[in-house]
Amino acid sequence: MGLSTRHLLGIKDLNRADIELIFETADGFKSVLNRPIKRVPSLRDVTIANIFFENSTRTRLSFELAEKRLSADVVNFAASSSSVSKGETLIDTVNNILAMKVDMVVMRHPYAGAGIFLSKHVNAQIVNAGDGAHEHPTQALLDAFSIRERYGSVEGKKIAIVGDILHSRVALSNILCLKQLGAEVMVCGPTTLIPKYIGALGVKVEHDLLKALNWCDVANMLRIQLERQDIKYFPSLREYSMLYGLNKQILDSLDKEITIMHPGPINRGVEITSDVADSKQSIILDQVENGVAVRMAVLYLLAGQTQ
Amino acid sequence: MQNSILLDGQKFQITIQRLCRQLIENHDDFSNSVLIGIQPRGIYLAKRVAEELRKILPGKTILQGDLDITFYRDDFRRRESQLVPNQTKIDFIIEGKRVIMMDDVLWTGRTIRAAMDGMLYFGRPEKVELLVLVDRRYSRHLPVAADYVGIEVDSIASQKVVVSWKETDGEDKVVLLSEAK
Repeated sequence: MGLSTRHLLGIKDLNRADIELIFETADGFKSVLNRPIKRVPSLRDVTIANIFFENSTRTRLSFELAEKRLSADVVNFAASSSSVSKGETLIDTVNNILAMKVDMVVMRHPYAGAGIFLSKHVNAQIVNAGDGAHEHPTQALLDAFSIRERYGSVEGKKIAIVGDILHSRVALSNILCLKQLGAEVMVCGPTTLIPKYIGALGVKVEHDLLKALNWCDVANMLRIQLERQDIKYFPSLREYSMLYGLNKQILDSLDKEITIMHPGPINRGVEITSDVADSKQSIILDQVENGVAVRMAVLYLLAGQTQ
Repeated sequence: MQNSILLDGQKFQITIQRLCRQLIENHDDFSNSVLIGIQPRGIYLAKRVAEELRKILPGKTILQGDLDITFYRDDFRRRESQLVPNQTKIDFIIEGKRVIMMDDVLWTGRTIRAAMDGMLYFGRPEKVELLVLVDRRYSRHLPVAADYVGIEVDSIASQKVVVSWKETDGEDKVVLLSEAK
């Protein structure tokens, strides 16, 4: 038993058995995280480099904690304070880090496919912590894990992903992961922020927030990725939040209780209001908690593969 | 495969009862002692022993937990296949307690080493003892010895000792499997 892939570059490379194995392993780590001593010695002979070419709070901290709780040695690297700004290439940077005997690389990069590119050119296991607007596999895994925790299973559940689908790596990974686990997925947002042929992934498309919320069991609210938007996709943030922002009033008007998720960082008052984000229907902080257990499972399963 | 039955039926039952009596000799009424079964197969032994002790000592509380050692194994990254973790369920405090660890078969001693490692993450027990149903003698990789032994078996590495339980396998028995020549 083991993962069918040597790297975690995207959900695209995982089959259903892989995802279920990650979840079963994460269950074990979640119980470890609730013990007085939240640490196991499994990865004591593994060194992991966290290479972040893009800003991150949650993902970087979550990976770092996961690594430390597995007893791995950890080195951190932020592109802004490194020689990358002196003109070093990605392969050179990573090979230099690997020359210091590093076994695994966790990388976030602003360009789609950076992880895939790296996996073909360097001799280390790569974990993608987000590559541009492409994939963010561990986020999708922890989102699905949180849904499974809330409902017992993901199979047959209806999940609406709302917001900036076009620029979101979380959306793509989530769609692939949820479909793989047998859930129904709908994307919702303004026409300009929904990729043209997204229906090909087997998802429903909706432009009316209220209709999407009435359909779903779980709403995953995404942030507007202003840093990736080269042109104006909608007139104003104020208009966006009027049409696609989730507030208590809309939530209470539904005839059922849906679960609210958000991958963070939240722009309070834009895609979601504070009273919704902090309500008991929201599992936003459970997602963060589960993130550590899921990342521990991924690192554990990848590191366990014999070379 | 050639099978030879080492223990079954009434003899199996007598062995479990003897182990329980030996435990009572050292642990009195179990007010400061706890039983911990090692996942996956040791938990059946621990459950059976706890059940038997409750019959012998009616009214006494016998605490029993399950310990999974997957994350503490020393062959991680060295074995071909990966193991899926089992549940650890220890809902009592072992700090200052006298712990009796239980596993069905003691062979190389590596499982016990991992279990001691894993257990210490739950606190510092006053004393740790080991109870096994089958001791495969002269095959230790580590200096580990059991305090209570059901039966001792002399076996070679290619042989296998399999313990079945009434609860899961329909029958209580210990079988020694040998490769057919």
